[in-house]
Amino acid sequence: MSFSFTDEQVEFRSVLRRFLADKSPTAEVRRLMETEDGYDAEVWRQLSQDLGLTAIHIPEDYGGQGFGFVELAIAVEEMGRALLCAPYFSSIVLAATAILNAANEDQKRDLLPPIASGDIRAALAFTEENGRWDTDGVALTAAVAGDGHELNGVKSFVLDGHTADFIVVLARRPGTSGDEGLSFFTVAGDAPGLSRRLLHSTDATRKLARLEFQGVRASLLGEEGAAAAPLAKTLDRAVACLANEMVGGAEALREQALDYAQMRMQFGRAIASFQTMKHKSADMLIEVELAKSAAYYAAAAADEDGAELPSVASLAKAGAGEAYMQTAIHAIQIHGGIGFTWDNDTQLWFKRAKSSQVFLGDAHYHREQMMQRWQG
Amino acid sequence: MNEQSEPTEAAVRAEARAWLEANWDPNLGLVEWRNMLADTGWGMPAWPEEWHGRGLSSELARVVEDEFHAIGAIGVARAGIRMLAAATLLEHGNQMHKQKFLRRILTGEDTWCQLFSEPGSGSDLAGAITRADLKDGKWIINGQKVWTTSAHHAEWGLLLARTDWDVPKHRGLSYFLLDMTQAEVEVQPLRQMNGHASFNQVFFTDAVIEPDHLLESLGDGWKIATTTLMHERRGADGLRRWEMGTDRPERAYREEREELATAMAPYKWYPQRTGRVDLVIQRAKETGTFDDPSVRQEIAKLLILAKSAEWTARRAREAQVQGRNQGPEGSIGKLAASHVARLANQVHTQISGADAMLTGDDSPMDGVIAEILISTPAISIAGGTDEIQRNIISERVLGMPKEPRNDTDRPFRDVPRNTIS
Repeated sequence: MSFSFTDEQVEFRSVLRRFLADKSPTAEVRRLMETEDGYDAEVWRQLSQDLGLTAIHIPEDYGGQGFGFVELAIAVEEMGRALLCAPYFSSIVLAATAILNAANEDQKRDLLPPIASGDIRAALAFTEENGRWDTDGVALTAAVAGDGHELNGVKSFVLDGHTADFIVVLARRPGTSGDEGLSFFTVAGDAPGLSRRLLHSTDATRKLARLEFQGVRASLLGEEGAAAAPLAKTLDRAVACLANEMVGGAEALREQALDYAQMRMQFGRAIASFQTMKHKSADMLIEVELAKSAAYYAAAAADEDGAELPSVASLAKAGAGEAYMQTAIHAIQIHGGIGFTWDNDTQLWFKRAKSSQVFLGDAHYHREQMMQRWQG
Repeated sequence: MNEQSEPTEAAVRAEARAWLEANWDPNLGLVEWRNMLADTGWGMPAWPEEWHGRGLSSELARVVEDEFHAIGAIGVARAGIRMLAAATLLEHGNQMHKQKFLRRILTGEDTWCQLFSEPGSGSDLAGAITRADLKDGKWIINGQKVWTTSAHHAEWGLLLARTDWDVPKHRGLSYFLLDMTQAEVEVQPLRQMNGHASFNQVFFTDAVIEPDHLLESLGDGWKIATTTLMHERRGADGLRRWEMGTDRPERAYREEREELATAMAPYKWYPQRTGRVDLVIQRAKETGTFDDPSVRQEIAKLLILAKSAEWTARRAREAQVQGRNQGPEGSIGKLAASHVARLANQVHTQISGADAMLTGDDSPMDGVIAEILISTPAISIAGGTDEIQRNIISERVLGMPKEPRNDTDRPFRDVPRNTIS
């Protein structure tokens, strides 16, 4: 297990950071979060076609670049730092990974190249209105109809589900429960019987949709009734990536709060010279650095693909959840009154911290997951 | 040794192995063997050739250490404060000091202690008020030191004392080598809240130091103390590792075992001050609390913190190995260890329930758990308090301003200080 980045990875990060500083300043974040689609098509084209970010972890056989989760994690960490508004986590981290884990060879050759090139955006619909992140929460049914399947039910909290070109849907054979009888299906975004609605989310930089399926014709992805294992594998990796996205955001907030404290004068001194601010800032540094270490470790574990990943992915998510939220709370506090205003950018990261805290399972959930899967 | 003549790793390994095979004999007396190490430089290969070393880089010195390990040969004496003394003397001592002290440090014949902290100056070490006054050509010492590891069996002490009260605090300190065996030095054990006495208080009543036992010049004390403390932070004080020696029967092993037992006896509780995260899951299973959801949440929080701290230390080490600029991850280890210890204490308490009120043989694990519960506060204080660590991180890593001070701009005698100690 490596505990450092290669020179190439360091260079990749710095190129990406410059790109995102240019393309995703907070004025742009504010513009896009007010739109229904929530992303800029031209920036999406640049990041997929000029930088190849949509191809990072997809194998070369399927039109990708064949890098690993460490590189993918660097990308999402930088996107989290810049609060990039784009359907990247949904299409690349969630949907592409699910297809990689679940699909048969022909389906991978068919579905992945356009995702890798950025021409097609996919989404993964697995959570329902009960908000559960485990398979017990899946009620949407897939019934055999003719030579295919027909989906009935509701998916919710689907990241970018309202704009995706196609949806990877987790459904169950009627009469089954838990991990049994689960299958993945693909459904076109404009399929008859599918109605999609953008949910009003607190964090408008992360677009969530409710998808209602009424007799929607769907194509089976991978093996019928065998989706539980590839789903778990996908979620472990997505959780590791989300932890990396979160520490990127946490670090950005920590730095902004520090810059503000250095600049803000009260009682004839920079407030950064007060010990209470210094100690708070030191504590924030520790929280963020510890969470970074766990997030990086989880990404490396995803590449090693060993028995350790499930517990360390949950460990990293639980750690990042607490660290990001706590950093956001401190950052608002350090800014004082101005930090609670709409015009101050701190609120953007605060809301992202809040949605990240819950998305894919909160710290409580992941601590229990971690304990169940602990390798010692 | 200059770069051209730096030998290869293989050559050093072969030479060390050959020498050890020809000379290592576990039936030798410890002092006799260590004198051979001091004569040949194999005991401290990174030291200069003229002072018991071979002038090797620290990487090559580790290769030599590996060979000692492989053959089971005992090295020079390292336990206690002696390596801090040796490092300080190498850097700041004159010919006479090095001649007189270095060899007996390596052989283990002399034990040293560090006389820096005082009741009135802990974090603010430069506020020391133990005084050294020149009378009839000798330095006369009066005052009190505290938290002095090994003072009860030390032959020599590294003393920071005030020689000038009319200059700002950092400039009025001097650094002396003090004979601890004189009657004017009184050592009393200092009993801690956990019942152990790992440290001492040392009282000086007209203790005497010969003028040539001043290190460098008058007023250089703070600068030299910084060297000692830097080595302490790097872990050269030999107290970070728990060493027991081996149980092999030959004479040298036996003598080393006795030496380590004496040196380590006061620190038997040290593993407990870290919080003993390693015991948590086992204890939860033994007590039947492992299935309690609230206990599981707390254990998970602790494991997340401990693992993240461990991985952060690995990141820092790897950055160092690669010669990269060490990021902030290198500065937070001590504070992270405090957090781990504090949380581990709470988790052990929750797991133990009412048993957490008991101690000694009435308590779980024959007192080990009780010792954890009353020892973890030490980790947040010893070697730089959490608050001082936060100041260091905020100023040196984050670049935040120092707070205004009112002790460095005036003669030390005008600085307000503790009246009761």
